[in-house]
Amino acid sequence: MDLTYTPEEEEFRARLREWLAEVLPSLPPKPSPDDWPGRRAYDLGWQRMLYDAGYAGLHWPVDAGGRGATPTQHLIYLEETEKAGAPYVGANFVGLLHAGPTIASEGTPAQRARWLPPVLRGEEVWCQGFSEPDAGSDLAALRTRAWRDGDDYVVSGSKIWTSHAEVADWCELLVRTDPAAPKHRGISWLAMPMDAPGITVRPLRTLAGSTEFAEVFLDEVRVPVTHRVGAENDGWRVTMVTLSYERGTAFVGEVVACRRVLGEVAREARKNGRWDDPALRRRLGGLNAEFRALWRLTQWNVSEAQRNGGVPGVGGSVFKLRYSHARQELYDAAAEVLGPEALDLGREWTLDRLSSLSYTIAAGTSQIQHNIVAERILGLPKGR
Amino acid sequence: MDFQLTDDQRALKAGVRELLAARFGRERLRAAVDEGPRLDRALWRELGEAGFFALRLPEAEGGVGLGLPEAVLAFEEAGRVLLPGPLIATHLAAGVVDGAATGETVVTAVDGGGLVEWLAEADVVRGEATGAEPLRSVDPLTPLHRVPVSGGAGLADVRPMGSTGALPTAPLTSLFTAAEQLGTAARACETAVQHARTREQFGQPIGAFQAVKHLCAQMLVRVELARAAVYAAAVTADPVDIAAARLLADEAAVRGARDCLQVHGGMGFTWESDVHLCLKRAWTRTQRTGSATESEELLAADLVSGVGR
Ligand SMILES: Cc1cc2nc3c(=O)[nH]c(=O)nc-3n(C[C@H](O)[C@H](O)[C@H](O)COP(=O)(O)OP(=O)(O)OC[C@H]3O[C@@H](n4cnc5c(N)ncnc54)[C@H](O)[C@@H]3O)c2cc1C
Repeated sequence: MDLTYTPEEEEFRARLREWLAEVLPSLPPKPSPDDWPGRRAYDLGWQRMLYDAGYAGLHWPVDAGGRGATPTQHLIYLEETEKAGAPYVGANFVGLLHAGPTIASEGTPAQRARWLPPVLRGEEVWCQGFSEPDAGSDLAALRTRAWRDGDDYVVSGSKIWTSHAEVADWCELLVRTDPAAPKHRGISWLAMPMDAPGITVRPLRTLAGSTEFAEVFLDEVRVPVTHRVGAENDGWRVTMVTLSYERGTAFVGEVVACRRVLGEVAREARKNGRWDDPALRRRLGGLNAEFRALWRLTQWNVSEAQRNGGVPGVGGSVFKLRYSHARQELYDAAAEVLGPEALDLGREWTLDRLSSLSYTIAAGTSQIQHNIVAERILGLPKGR
Repeated sequence: MDFQLTDDQRALKAGVRELLAARFGRERLRAAVDEGPRLDRALWRELGEAGFFALRLPEAEGGVGLGLPEAVLAFEEAGRVLLPGPLIATHLAAGVVDGAATGETVVTAVDGGGLVEWLAEADVVRGEATGAEPLRSVDPLTPLHRVPVSGGAGLADVRPMGSTGALPTAPLTSLFTAAEQLGTAARACETAVQHARTREQFGQPIGAFQAVKHLCAQMLVRVELARAAVYAAAVTADPVDIAAARLLADEAAVRGARDCLQVHGGMGFTWESDVHLCLKRAWTRTQRTGSATESEELLAADLVSGVGR
């Protein structure tokens, strides 16, 4: 058990820090949360800077245009960018963390050449068209249909909760290509250009008041058969390959951020006198334990992945379960510290408290994560 | 960074598990409960021979020369089988009290929490135990005395120090307690899962019911989070890390044993089942120095001190 970083890892960290200190001051001002074109430009601009400095696709394999960094280097990257206050992946999330890795591991050479470089260079934005009105947790029940017509698929149906749909160039789309097959076996994975005729995007307002996601209606949208990644009807497996990656490292930066926020909450409590309440103090102390442990669990999972040649273990679900809950607890505690001020939408923590509510729902609800832990890790039988 | 067990650490953990399975399996545990709290001196000496107490003593002083992480792994295994006796006090007395390292001398200590475990059976007591009064211990395998004025040091007396400096007794006791709790928590989780797989109701294993499944999943989540915290604290030896580890390990053990009891239904409420032994031991350990209040206060202070990362 070794928590010290090797000289090479420290060297990597030092160079990254230097670079961040140099470039971050030159970033343009952050666009407002509802200025979607502005956010797209900002997020892509940051990705371009990463690309030019050689940090784009750090942990992607070299033959996919990445740098083939170790999981530990990737961890350091996520830790340092967060500590330096660098922008988040934002609109690049699906391209970098999901569609990209899927194409890298399942795509043909031509598909990789077409889609991966623009993601790394910050030129194209992807969104994820998985969920449907009647297929959420039970994703495999999806009904959006795709028929073959010559060299195209013709796609009709609707998707929902599609984050960044308004500004995306591409959508990783799950469609049903064989309605007669058992539900997991009739699904295919398509790359759909978002400017194709027949696509209607209707933004949905979240409880935080912003339009983070949208409904996407598909009316006989034509998608070339060459845009299918993986074999026809093999889309479920193609998708599952990369879902675990999403759970593995998506929250590393956030754990670092939560620890910083917790410190700020404690200092605020000291300032406004709430600190004298032992129950509140102990609650914050408990959260300190929680986030310290979540950071250690991250290091544990990353070390495990490093030993397994980069493949994340089952620890992702364990982590996500506890982290999503802890994040909500953190902002609830922040609200207790703020008192009446917690009702002011002008406070950053109030908005963060609202957005924390999605953590136990998005990317697999807590109930589904419990099922995964119980069935896949503990080997308990599936219910009827 | 390689935050996983090394091959040697894996081997050591497996070795301790094997020894304890052979010498303190389920039958031995139940026999010990029936006999009442008497220390098995032969087993104590065997532990001594195996290096359990001398684990961290330098080789030059006749010890095994290993570090905190290895000791934590050994205590985790002891916690898993609910091994009775003042293990931590004797381990901490190795090299200080004659015969502690070899298991010839059984050493107990007055804990910062105001209790002494195994006072009547121990050969040596560290700390001021005059006027100690016995209480009827809830845990059948941990006899307890209450001391009028706590003679032991609490966590508050400790300042953070690097991994090089030797840690005082209080945080070490708390760390090893956390390791024991981790072992007990893991056992409770495994016991619950085992039962959930085999016990059938409504024509299917109860583990197929989500309410049961989710209890088990939560047990595992608490165990794995506690494991990361306990192992990390063993590596850094930082008192704040230790406080975090202890808090999470106490939670994993106590709540894990509670949930395990629930999963067992009526069987879980019997004397015959082992579940109550896990819970009672876990409860007993929560009272040791570094208890929830103490650890949470230390962790809170860390937030505003700007020392911790
Ligand atoms: C902020 C946000 C962003 C999102 N972004 C995207 C995106 O970009 N692309 C995309 O495709 N999707 C996205 N989603 C959708 C997300 O994946 C789904 O919301 C999620 O999978 C749950 O599906 P659902 O909303 O249909 O809820 P349901 O599946 O209807 O669940 C409702 C309730 O029932 C429970 N439940 C359901 N099944 C079970 C079961 N088997 N056992 C126990 N309990 C069960 C759930 O836990 C939940 O509490 C996003 C969601 C959010 C909140």
